Amino acid sequence: MTQADVIIVGGGLMGTASAFFLRQRGLSVILLERDLVGSHASGTNFGNVRRQGRFLPQLPLANRSRAIWGDLPGIIGEDSEFLPSGHLRIAFREEDEARLVAHAAAAREWGLDLDLITGNALRDRFPYLSPSARMASHSPLDGHANPRLAAPAFARAARRAGAVLHEGAAVLGIVKSAEDFVVETAIGAFRAPLLQISAGAWGGRIAAAFGEPVPITPAAPQMGVTEPMPYRIAPVMGIATTVKEEGVYLRQVKRGNIVFGGGARSEASLDTRRARLDPLNTLAQLPHLARLLPPIRALSIIRTWSGVEGYMADDIPVMGPSGKVTGLFYAFGFCGHGFQLGPGVGATMAELIATGHAGIPIEPFHISRFAQGPPG
Amino acid sequence: MAVTGDGVIVVGAGPAGIRAAERLVAAGIRPTVVEESARDGGQIYRRQPEGFRRPPEALYGADSAKARALHEAAQALHPRVDWRPGTLVWAIRDGTLLVNRAGQHEALPFRHLILATGATDRIMPLPGWTLPGVTSLGGAQIALKAQGCVIGREPVFLGTGPLLYLVAWQYLKAGVAVRGVLDTSAFAKRVLAAPWLAARPGLLARGLAYTAALRRAGVRIATNITPLEVEGEDRVAALRWRDAAGVEHRAACDGIGMGYGLRPETQLADLAGCAFAFDGGARLWLPVTDGDGRSSVPCVYLAGDGAQIRGADAAELAGRLAACAALRDSGRAVDELEMATLRRRLAGMTRFRRGLERAFPYPAHLAADLPDETLVCRCEAITAGALRQAGGEYGAAEVNRAKAFSRTGMGRCQGRMCGPAAAEVLAAARGIPMAQAGRLRGAAPVKPLPLATEAAP
Repeated sequence: MTQADVIIVGGGLMGTASAFFLRQRGLSVILLERDLVGSHASGTNFGNVRRQGRFLPQLPLANRSRAIWGDLPGIIGEDSEFLPSGHLRIAFREEDEARLVAHAAAAREWGLDLDLITGNALRDRFPYLSPSARMASHSPLDGHANPRLAAPAFARAARRAGAVLHEGAAVLGIVKSAEDFVVETAIGAFRAPLLQISAGAWGGRIAAAFGEPVPITPAAPQMGVTEPMPYRIAPVMGIATTVKEEGVYLRQVKRGNIVFGGGARSEASLDTRRARLDPLNTLAQLPHLARLLPPIRALSIIRTWSGVEGYMADDIPVMGPSGKVTGLFYAFGFCGHGFQLGPGVGATMAELIATGHAGIPIEPFHISRFAQGPPG
Repeated sequence: MAVTGDGVIVVGAGPAGIRAAERLVAAGIRPTVVEESARDGGQIYRRQPEGFRRPPEALYGADSAKARALHEAAQALHPRVDWRPGTLVWAIRDGTLLVNRAGQHEALPFRHLILATGATDRIMPLPGWTLPGVTSLGGAQIALKAQGCVIGREPVFLGTGPLLYLVAWQYLKAGVAVRGVLDTSAFAKRVLAAPWLAARPGLLARGLAYTAALRRAGVRIATNITPLEVEGEDRVAALRWRDAAGVEHRAACDGIGMGYGLRPETQLADLAGCAFAFDGGARLWLPVTDGDGRSSVPCVYLAGDGAQIRGADAAELAGRLAACAALRDSGRAVDELEMATLRRRLAGMTRFRRGLERAFPYPAHLAADLPDETLVCRCEAITAGALRQAGGEYGAAEVNRAKAFSRTGMGRCQGRMCGPAAAEVLAAARGIPMAQAGRLRGAAPVKPLPLATEAAP
């Protein structure tokens, strides 16, 4: 099949979830992935299924996504190790505590209930936390999942539902004819009247080719994992801070290892498609990890990794219809916080493409916010 | 960060590293020598702990003169090098080694780097191989050599290669009742490999002498066998195996030493950015070097078994040759005759190595028949079946993708133990050549890094 209702460029979590939900709505889909499904940011991120701490207008999308995460086995037939384990943001300073209080009040308006826990209650409930922690903002229904599994799981489900997925299909060029987009790739040409760009950090290059340049920068998250210890730390936790270097986070997986990330990022290259883990960043994470969870000092790190992520200048993704080209849609540049949103992005893009309506407000993510001068 | 000293770092103080450092010192350089163990000597000439008093003859047998010479050379070097024992190189970044010594971090910049990282046992999983009482052949030998301990009173030795017979003989000599030496290679292969093995008649004769001594002592030696299962409840009780005629046997034992040759420790070469190529003889991906030890990365040199398995004698020569290459590349005069002599002597050893690969091939064919429930990755407890599912249902075409889906090679050892065997299982499951199954990409830390690591004062 070289022709379909929709072509999706990019087989990360956004693209594979969109392919799956488009099939649910009865549209034919061809997904074109240059490398392997889920091999870049979607497969190398921390695995946070976190809603709290987000840009508030993102919460309708995050809430929609959270509902899908909770029902993954029913929807795609596997759970991608999703655990609704709860999520903690920990404040060590008075001003960070104040930000948590303000965020909790504001998030409630968007349908997200957060518990603010302090003092003895904090220590009783989470005894492994640092005694110097002042406050935890607890989001009981958030959690974590396995990023190595999620996008491939959506890809398999999309295939079972009838989508055509090609790996090793690097896009060489896209031409819009009167009716169709014609996508030239390394394995041949494909055409469809509708086109979705979910090319992650590389999405900016394609948008620019359609006359919609955006300020996007590739960057490399600094991830690591410890040796396993008995499973007893359920919630994902991170330091709530405005100081970049302090902003580490961690989660324990059921088999016992503690996965961590955060702090300074390193370089990633769109051309070599490689992200660099800077081992000095790993060292810089250590004191902050130990501040967050003191017992972690007894463990050893067994592995580190990174991946290519795309960061927008305003830290908000590009999602929705093109501002210039009819039939063209975008979902890329998720700024290192896209994993939780992925299933919701898929459902929302499918609804938007199939019906013309997203079902939830996504205007803040529209690409036209970067348009120069008057439209046209 | 400024490069200190002469900016030459040797990683590893075994036969290759010591001879490399010695050659650098002879040229008036003061290299930094980083060694993970507490003492120099490497594995084959591993020193016993301080305070142990066994004579070299008891520890190293026929190699005692070489061991003594190497240890004396190392001892003489200590005041002439920046000697850093007990130090793990866990990452390489922009011409700098990141090292950890007893929880203290330090960054060591280099201009020239000689990696002499040695080798570890190569394994092939079989059902029950993770039961207590099963050790690698090298581990069995180190227990005896370094600690004067044995892996069992009635052990069986399983695998292939010269080390199989050497370790069995060493155990016999130590008064242990060896219950069998079971070799997966056919004896006929040894005969066919004779023209290559003849390159080192002394070693060939020694190998035959070990075998003869084992036979004289009544030890059962069987070749061309198929290992079936390690039996036992809480620990090893027996090994089930099948002989060349297809008859099954059960050898009761309380310990198993298992090994199928050696596997170079190439993680640092990988982190340094060195190019790798598949070596069909060894069935391994190895870092590419020119004949003198230059890697594909300027100013990074590889020597000894960490680059390709040729044994301790070759490692001493290769260490010295790599140092010569580094000296020449940094503009110092090196006598061409010295390098030519080293190259010529190494050529014979390379030929012998190729003979060993023919005589004692890695039993790749066993990978296809491993039962699905057999553990391949022991750190993460990943079975052959899970790996096959990653390669089949999930479509992983090479080992890194299979790792992402199955966790194979994600544990404490980072695939150092299971990586090549996992690639064999994947290749067999997908019906592709081993070379196509690829190799696990290296990542820091090379070995577990304590979170309590702090900057050195």
